[in-house]
Amino acid sequence: MALTERNEANREPQGKDGWPPFAAIKIVMSLLEIRNLQIDFGRGPNALRAVDGVSLSLEPGKTLCLVGESGSGKSVTALSIARLMASPPAVYAGGEILLEGHDVLKMKAAPLRNIRGGVVSYVFQEPGASLNPVYRIGSQIKEALQLHRPEAATDAEVVRLLKLVGIPAPELRIRNYPHELSGGMQQRVMLGMALAPHPKLLVADEPTTALDVTIQAQIIELLGELQRQFGMAILLITHNLGLVGDVADEVAVMYAGQIVETAPARELLKRPLHPYTQALLHSVPSLDTEVDRLATIPGAVPRLGGFPGGCRFHPRCPRAQPECTQLAPALIEVEPRRWVRCPWWNPSAWNA
Amino acid sequence: MILRLSQRLLWSFFTLLGTAFLTFFLLNAVPGDVARVIAGSKASPEVIREIHAKYHLDDSLWRRFGLYLGQLARGDLGHSYVTDQPVAEAILTRLPTTTALAALAGVMWMVIAVPLGALTARFRDSWFDRTTLVAATLSLSLPAFWLARMMQYWLAYKLGWFPIGFFRHFGDLLLPAASLALLSVGYYARLIHTNMVEVLDRPYVRAARAKGASETRVLFKHALRNALIPVITILGMDVAGMLGGVLFTENVFALPGIGTLAVQSVFNLDPPMIMGTVLFSATLVVGANWVVDLTYGWIDPRIKATH
Repeated sequence: MALTERNEANREPQGKDGWPPFAAIKIVMSLLEIRNLQIDFGRGPNALRAVDGVSLSLEPGKTLCLVGESGSGKSVTALSIARLMASPPAVYAGGEILLEGHDVLKMKAAPLRNIRGGVVSYVFQEPGASLNPVYRIGSQIKEALQLHRPEAATDAEVVRLLKLVGIPAPELRIRNYPHELSGGMQQRVMLGMALAPHPKLLVADEPTTALDVTIQAQIIELLGELQRQFGMAILLITHNLGLVGDVADEVAVMYAGQIVETAPARELLKRPLHPYTQALLHSVPSLDTEVDRLATIPGAVPRLGGFPGGCRFHPRCPRAQPECTQLAPALIEVEPRRWVRCPWWNPSAWNA
Repeated sequence: MILRLSQRLLWSFFTLLGTAFLTFFLLNAVPGDVARVIAGSKASPEVIREIHAKYHLDDSLWRRFGLYLGQLARGDLGHSYVTDQPVAEAILTRLPTTTALAALAGVMWMVIAVPLGALTARFRDSWFDRTTLVAATLSLSLPAFWLARMMQYWLAYKLGWFPIGFFRHFGDLLLPAASLALLSVGYYARLIHTNMVEVLDRPYVRAARAKGASETRVLFKHALRNALIPVITILGMDVAGMLGGVLFTENVFALPGIGTLAVQSVFNLDPPMIMGTVLFSATLVVGANWVVDLTYGWIDPRIKATH
């Protein structure tokens, strides 16, 4: 098998003309469809590409996990769904982000505000820093209601939402300031605020990273529960592959600004195809086996602007071949719904 | 809270006592005989002696300070040595002018500095931000008396838009108030700008945008209040400096306010009047810091928790 760049053009067309006719059907089905998204930091010759040709799709009510180490571009991708990456410094250099068929990147300010919160809501990594310290939590949730469901902007609705996200004595809590709550409670408030306008998509950007391990499990469980009640889709950004099995329908693994593998969650956990995914899974500690040292991936994530030539993972890849240093592999569909950015994905064929 | 308030009260008392002490002894370090000032250079020795006796001028400084404090405790600021007018009355009749000037300048300051600081932070590094930066730097390096004189010369004398050297009604305060406000607008616009830039990078600002809040709402509801917290501290410390600006402005524009009264009393070497105006200003500064302290708790709920 030879490394080619031929597939890149076929699978990830740059313009609308390149799309096969059946793509039109998919637009209707998908709640979120990201096509060949490119995001730079800075302009001109010094521009650094943080997100390089990412394509994702998410159907209503489903959960997609976006997995990768810090600096892989997963948060930037997630934030750009509601165009929340400040521009400048970020530049939306190419591609489309279709939310219910409308391109977010081309939207004017007013419809964009309706989308933010109304269609796609966010829960961020640090709940303490994401709540405004000078306003009571009740009024912050009520603001979300006023913006998108003005008829429901009442104390009663705020209390109902707080109860829904598992806050005890919500009638008393609405008068609290964020600093008076614990981290777990703050994240529940964020969730309540995100759900208040009944969004169709919840983007959770590492929602549990800043929390205690025991609280983490509670929040993830709550996410699943709320998804069943509200029927919304979830895009969960995480660097923790351990979460994937519990919640995700589909998984996309990112490395150095690119997607390296996408697959249904079960398949991916059972049989990861990309060497990076394999290494990631290998470094999740298991409770069943005893080890002296936890497995790690040698080397570090390359810095933005310092991506190696050829395959971006090759310096850390146990399976790297001489060709890998030269040619950038394309994302290829190796099985239905399974895409891998590695020509050596099939070890048996390769050994033969 | 009560403990804190009483602590503050005690501190305020000592601050004012210290001010009175310093002013009193500094005043008496000024060479020259007050009696000569009162009676004129040609007064006979008998008159001088009489005046000395009337105002206890031959007593020790400590005794005279004690007498003055006793008088203060009875709520009496004394009489002017020069005009014999009660000091309290002199201050009170001039208070409305000064208050109006300060209030008008305050409103102008707020209307210019706050939006300018907020908007330059939102559009940082734009031509608007750069122009404002230059203008602000200019404004904060201008000396008060120079700016006031220039405005008076060009706008009042050359263009004839404002009266010169006299004062009829509130509208005549516009020019003095503008020159007073301009002095601090530059500094505060940049201070608010700096705090705003920092606050705009905070996650809760991004969270407010993610909610669907408009840019105006994000800027003026979510960010501004947080950005003003440190500004209020500086404002409290700056009240004394602003009083200095009032003093200059009133004198340049010949406004019948407390600033002109203070300067006049110094030229007249009129100790009770000097003491009165200084103590009045000190009370203002102490009071302003009380207000700042209270505002603090209101604007930032986290501070209440630590009290």
